[in-house]
Amino acid sequence: MAESLLTVFLKALLLAVALLGAFAYMTLIERRILGRMQHRIGPNRTGPFGLLQPIADALKSIFKQDIMPARADKFVFILAPAISITFALAAFGAIPGGPAGSLFGFDPWVVDLDIGLLYILAATSMGVYGIFLGGWAANSKYALLGSLRSAAQIISYELGLGLSVLTIVMIAGTLNLREIVEFGVWSVSPWLWPGLVVAFATFWISGVAEVNRTPFDLPEAEQEIVAGYLTEFSSIKWALYQMAEYVNMFTAAAFISTLFLGGYKGPAFMNAIIPGSADWPIVWLVAKMAIFMFIFIWLRATLPRLRYDQLMRFGWLYLFEVALGATLLTGAVIAFVL
Amino acid sequence: MSVLDIAKGMGVTLGHLFKKPMTVQYPEQKAPVQARFRGRHHLLRHPDTGLEKCIGCSLCAAACPAYAIYVEAAENDPANPTSAGERYASIYEINMLRCIFCGMCEEACPTGAVVLGHEFELADFRYQDFVYGKEDMLVGVKGAKWQRREAAAKGKDVELGFTAPPRPELEGVDY
Repeated sequence: MAESLLTVFLKALLLAVALLGAFAYMTLIERRILGRMQHRIGPNRTGPFGLLQPIADALKSIFKQDIMPARADKFVFILAPAISITFALAAFGAIPGGPAGSLFGFDPWVVDLDIGLLYILAATSMGVYGIFLGGWAANSKYALLGSLRSAAQIISYELGLGLSVLTIVMIAGTLNLREIVEFGVWSVSPWLWPGLVVAFATFWISGVAEVNRTPFDLPEAEQEIVAGYLTEFSSIKWALYQMAEYVNMFTAAAFISTLFLGGYKGPAFMNAIIPGSADWPIVWLVAKMAIFMFIFIWLRATLPRLRYDQLMRFGWLYLFEVALGATLLTGAVIAFVL
Repeated sequence: MSVLDIAKGMGVTLGHLFKKPMTVQYPEQKAPVQARFRGRHHLLRHPDTGLEKCIGCSLCAAACPAYAIYVEAAENDPANPTSAGERYASIYEINMLRCIFCGMCEEACPTGAVVLGHEFELADFRYQDFVYGKEDMLVGVKGAKWQRREAAAKGKDVELGFTAPPRPELEGVDY
């Protein structure tokens, strides 16, 4: 490609650092917003407005005693959180951050894959290995149950995810995320909008289930199976799992923004206010991701957790059918109307 | 749970996001307590004569379910009476770590001498500092032992961290 390997490597490094920094402060933002929604303040004692709280949490995680259960499978026990965080960070790399060359002359993405969409689905699926290997290697009842439930949940909801994405692929005709953003799936024809709206809803619900967030967070339900697959992990390994979860949340938010909301493109009317502002890199994507992160937090504050059988029934009997219906509808519209 | 119910629930939480939280930021803001709140004990005096109300009868020690009170009575010196009756409590100690702040002593007292006030900031460092004597509980003494110790060390007045409405049984206690 036009850019050197060194540039790509530096951008990847910068992205990883940015994601991890964002993860740290996302925990604080989540705790404060959850607090306000629950009629209380969140953490505000460590540092002004609680801004040093993530640093305190990081230090605590690092200095805690790292427990290795005696009968745990040592190699896999250490490998599993590493798998989770590696694939979580890797998945984000395919997301385009702006138009070509807009980041001070550089392309604001790590790599512009022609199969970008498929790559993100694949990388997030690989993250499941981290979860169920972790639960298995811990050699403990609750961890095993949690990890198996999580693996089954993620696999089930990938159906809804894939089918929702299929509507976009049918309309845009490409798997390249940058081209999907430039294409503008909403601008083709109003006949396609009902299918797209349904696909958006099913994609969002599947995304929440994929990231193991409430109301689908039974695998790590703190109140129920101790901590699910996280039970035996302490110190840095636990912190890595939390990092993987939040980075997956970022990826899900960025993915849905890129596919359905026009990704890094700003609204056209902004060009009238500040010329060229609709083409600024990164800011619009971050703004759209922020909306979805807020919705993640809002859902967590409001909804009770789904019981495991309710979760599976919902995924297989309702979500799958609705997503399939949306795909068929979109296909029919493309074939017969357009 | 239909989509409409979920939407209504989410509307509730969103509304709460914009309301003022009910948290009282405790050391900076004073915590409000009710008038009937049971905190540290006060040993009251008669408002007109200034004599102690406690006559050393030990009914409070008998009523205490945690055996936290120790009372020794002595005869009043007729020329210089401490209390209004024939006897007074020469030793009156309550172990604040044993006390469960139930108020049975207050209910048992025939003269209304021991009354539970509103102070709850009683934490200290050593076990022996938790045995409050008469000099720590007589009306007019403000604050727990550690508060008075630190205020004396700094040369400032004891500042209490709460606000409470007054109770008629708590004569002479002002905060």
